Amino acid sequence: MNITEILFWVLSVVAVLSALMVVISKNPVYSVLWLIITFFSISGHYILLNAQFLAIVNIIVYAGAIMVLFLFVIMLMNLTRDTEPQKNKWLKLAGAVAGGSLLLVLVAALRNTEKNMTELGTGDIGLIKNLGRVLFNEYVVPFEISSILFLSAMVGAVVIGKRESPLATGGTKVEKTNARIETYSTQPVNEE
Amino acid sequence: MPINYYIFLAITLFVIGIIGVLTRRNAIIIFMCIELMLNAVNLLLVAFSKMHHLANAANDITAGSDGQLFVFFIMVVAAAEVSVGLAIIVMLYRNTHSVDVNFLNRLKH
Repeated sequence: MNITEILFWVLSVVAVLSALMVVISKNPVYSVLWLIITFFSISGHYILLNAQFLAIVNIIVYAGAIMVLFLFVIMLMNLTRDTEPQKNKWLKLAGAVAGGSLLLVLVAALRNTEKNMTELGTGDIGLIKNLGRVLFNEYVVPFEISSILFLSAMVGAVVIGKRESPLATGGTKVEKTNARIETYSTQPVNEE
Repeated sequence: MPINYYIFLAITLFVIGIIGVLTRRNAIIIFMCIELMLNAVNLLLVAFSKMHHLANAANDITAGSDGQLFVFFIMVVAAAEVSVGLAIIVMLYRNTHSVDVNFLNRLKH
């Protein structure tokens, strides 16, 4: 058992255990922290597979940006205490049994696949030079389309997250309708 | 390292994500479990790309780099998805003062 196999097993155990803790933890902040540990171990797997660009991007984008966004949202909502009353124990059991059955079926179906080897530590397709060359030769159009996707996601997040003063403050449907009528009767229509 | 180990690891992570989606009721944790499933698929794609590269490196020097670029695009789409999804969750919390998905089963109002 050489060093890469030991690293593989250690990273796998860390990834699976921390992924389990994401699901088990009661406090959402702890879930976020365990998920960050999972992402770091997956990045370790990428480094082991010599996909160094993806390892760095995984750490920067997932652990650095997305998880901080989750953490900010959780702290903004003040959900750090346990606000999740678990009533139905059978529902949890049914979910666990369904997931376990899926695991069993997939493992049993893929148990006898060919024992092809992946290369660990060699091969330089994961380096940023080669990936960038392929990306900007063959995948230029999807790259540009993804920039448009980012722009639309940004606009969508701003539009959804914007607070409309009379309409979004709760209340019944009748109050909301009255507020909407009031808003539209005092403003020109095309100002919305 | 045989590809089987990577397949089983990715399946395990994916199933943990599915169990989280099915059992938890906090919308943010469900969202995080979706991210976990995306990452399991990413790991499997990278492992398969390295396997393909090992098999075909003699013919094509860049064999297998498509898989890693797909992982890159999945990360891009996941980032966009997270920004919009968290905005939706914040808006739901503002309207209902809860992120429990059992309160959100009526999309009528």
